[in-house]
Amino acid sequence: MEIIDARGLSCPEPVILTRQAMASKAEAYKVMVDNNTSKENVTRYAEHQGYKVSVEEKDGEYTLSLTR
Amino acid sequence: MENEVKLTKLASCAGCGAKVGAGTLVKLLEGFRTHYDPKLLVGYDKSDDASVYKVSDELALVQTTDFFPPLVDNPYTYGQIAAANALSDIYAMGGEPKLALNIMSIPEKLDKETVQEILRGGYAKAYEAGAIITGGHTIHTAELIYGLAVTGFVHPERLWKNCGAQPGDVLLLTKPLGVGILTTAAKAGLVEQELLERLYVQMSTLNKYARDVLVKYPVHSCTDVTGFGLLGHSLEMAQGSEVTLHIKTKSLNYHKAAYEMAEMGFVPAGAYRNRDFAEASVEVRGEVSRALQDICYDPQTSGGLYCALPETEAESCLKELREVAAEATVIGYVTAKEDKYIVLE
Repeated sequence: MEIIDARGLSCPEPVILTRQAMASKAEAYKVMVDNNTSKENVTRYAEHQGYKVSVEEKDGEYTLSLTR
Repeated sequence: MENEVKLTKLASCAGCGAKVGAGTLVKLLEGFRTHYDPKLLVGYDKSDDASVYKVSDELALVQTTDFFPPLVDNPYTYGQIAAANALSDIYAMGGEPKLALNIMSIPEKLDKETVQEILRGGYAKAYEAGAIITGGHTIHTAELIYGLAVTGFVHPERLWKNCGAQPGDVLLLTKPLGVGILTTAAKAGLVEQELLERLYVQMSTLNKYARDVLVKYPVHSCTDVTGFGLLGHSLEMAQGSEVTLHIKTKSLNYHKAAYEMAEMGFVPAGAYRNRDFAEASVEVRGEVSRALQDICYDPQTSGGLYCALPETEAESCLKELREVAAEATVIGYVTAKEDKYIVLE
């Protein structure tokens, strides 16, 4: 599974990175972010692209699992 | 004009999106001792756009300041937008700006020509507003910041506060929403140049012309929609007036491209801060998409005037208003206080 590490970045960069990574059209991705805005925005982008999103939070960091 | 430095690269947060959230602001200002003065008509306890001090029965002083990091790369446009945004708070009180001071903070590496272009943009807007920039203060910091401190005048009895909205009023907004989302999407290169140019014109358009029309009508309450977004500013108006504001989402005027960009996750951090602040006071009635809600929380830079006036006046007011603010729209209405302060319907 492709992992996109967008921790330490602020919007819109995590969405841009996710968008670039999705050019590979994989069935699943993991995106790591460390703020609420990025969590919300990457979720919006992934859902818009037809992925299901589940979020895990640990110590203020979020791991988003995107699956088709 | 070609610039060596990309101004938006000097900003971590664009335009009014840089504003500290309303909730945070309330906490920061908690518990300060202030003098009571009967001549202070509007102070910071009212969460209004500017402070107002009565000088005589005919004259009150209106003061405000606003500044932010660049949200466009063209320095002249940036100066214009920052100045139009700062001047707007005077118009939102029903007043006219007269004196202004530059507030500027520049990275040491920024060249003289760029700084002068920013100032030229500010001077152009102040001139158009009929105000005089008489000085200012400039320091060095890592991030570029520009804005104005503005002083204006208003008749104390014709002052527009953000409280005073009454059941039976309609809500009128003079500029379309979605600016924060689109400037965020622009950072990803997803907004067409033609639309960006229209946004720059919209943001640098003075609210003077809308104000000059609105003063002819019995406006009960007025503010401008800026950093706290439509719903943040609606909440301040609703709380101040002890009424419920109903926003008719089908009547909302927003840039259509902002809807798709919100769906794609180009929503600025400020919109989430605004949602945290206002969400508990908002009832969503019926189906309102997430993207449309994002637009309602989106921080606006140099947004339009937002006012409540009697429904009987709305038609003629809107007709006259559209001659100077073509995008002016009735977006909702006011009722007696219901369960929540705001209904999105």
